[in-house]
Amino acid sequence: MREAFYLLISGDSETWGIIGRSLRFSVFSTIFSVLPGIPVGVALASREFRGRRALSAVINALTAMPTVVVGLFVYSLISRSGPLGNFNFLYAPAGIIMGQALLAFPIVASLSYAGLSKLDPRFRETLITLGAGRFSRLTATVREAKTLLVVAIVTAFGRVTGEVGVCMMLGGNIRFVTRTMTTAIALDTSKGEFERAMSLGVVLLCIALAINLAIHALAPREN
Amino acid sequence: MKRLKHLALGLICLALVAGVGPAAPIATAQSATPANPIVRMATTTSTDQSGLLDYLKPFFEKETGYKLQWVAVGTGASLKVGEKGDCDVVLVHARALEDAFMAAGFGQERKDVMYNDFIILGPASDPAGLASATSAVDAFGRIMKAGSTFISRGDNSGTDVKEKDVWKAASLSPKGAGWYKEVGQGMAQVIVMADQLGAYTLSDRATWLNMKDKFNLKILYQGDKVLFNPYGVITVNPAKWPKTNIEGARAFMNWLTGPRGRELIASYKIGGEQCFYLY
Repeated sequence: MREAFYLLISGDSETWGIIGRSLRFSVFSTIFSVLPGIPVGVALASREFRGRRALSAVINALTAMPTVVVGLFVYSLISRSGPLGNFNFLYAPAGIIMGQALLAFPIVASLSYAGLSKLDPRFRETLITLGAGRFSRLTATVREAKTLLVVAIVTAFGRVTGEVGVCMMLGGNIRFVTRTMTTAIALDTSKGEFERAMSLGVVLLCIALAINLAIHALAPREN
Repeated sequence: MKRLKHLALGLICLALVAGVGPAAPIATAQSATPANPIVRMATTTSTDQSGLLDYLKPFFEKETGYKLQWVAVGTGASLKVGEKGDCDVVLVHARALEDAFMAAGFGQERKDVMYNDFIILGPASDPAGLASATSAVDAFGRIMKAGSTFISRGDNSGTDVKEKDVWKAASLSPKGAGWYKEVGQGMAQVIVMADQLGAYTLSDRATWLNMKDKFNLKILYQGDKVLFNPYGVITVNPAKWPKTNIEGARAFMNWLTGPRGRELIASYKIGGEQCFYLY
């Protein structure tokens, strides 16, 4: 345990490189999951269309998607023998970000849907009465429900930071390129080198804790 | 809104820090950077976990200007990665699988690289009495007769293929027996498990040398010709997958099997012991 902290405090460059890389991948994959995720959540919450209930049920179910299934699916897409094989996404950061974004998308969509459906239904009617166009309705809705949306985003970030399946299958755990906190922990533990595994575990725990505190602080109180 | 701004600011800072984070390795002026500098290799866990690749990488990169990246997944899986065109070159150790790979046209060229040998590890108490075994086949027979726990890679890696060959040569079939555990993990993981369970296992010498200080296992049998462990390097055939980096793959193959690669492989020692030998 002492060595674990020493690795962190002494600024071991590989350890910090792994932490930075993990966060970078998570930031990008969260962004790419939010871009389609929030509009889908808004659409589900504010419009009536055929198959809406089915779609929300599917998206809810997908929030529990195992990471290895996402990994397998994206692998078959981005392998050289797959339809996106020419882009060199496999065993590269792009593959990890793609898989993690796909993993986080249903979380963002379903949590933002859940958050937005708590809004007063008269809110939307008021906007329409005031003559707001489609885009300004979207931005006004997002502004109104911002804390709930932030909770969705932070939850998605937490999910992708802590997952190991996508990173391992699509990134290949390449040292200095796609080795992340979770895959490094898996590798170090498997080799019986517990010091760095432990120091990365501490960092992951701190991130998880920070995320939960953030959610706790941001989530509106139930009265 | 203020909280939101803070959060956004925080996220941006995070992205910036993460973006700047790990400085890219400083490019050396030694050699011109090739047009397609990244060479992607699929390799067995033993070349990675023995530390050999980490040792070779900086020399190769400095001397040729290429960047070497690898995934360590076992010989069977490495060849599958090559079959799908997801790497440029493979470095593996299971001659029969390599020959099948070449025959199917997935590889362009194959060269011998180096060799070492497999060893049978087990607990110091040696319940199956391997210390007096006369051959690898005899040693495996003793393990089966004693019903001692044996951990098998079970992942179609080079080591796994070798182990299956020895069982076959002994006309024994341990599959499904309670003492025979197929775990589907890399060499280092299997050594950790064998150590925990006080079990026997077959390992390549290099991975064991890199790990032995931390474990109670002992080499209980070695030296049979059957346990010879040769490594080969194969460039993935660009006729199948034109997008692979064949120039980089050739550069690595030629460097590794050339005088510089040979010199470095022979000089790679762990605790004073040589890990890999040259032909």
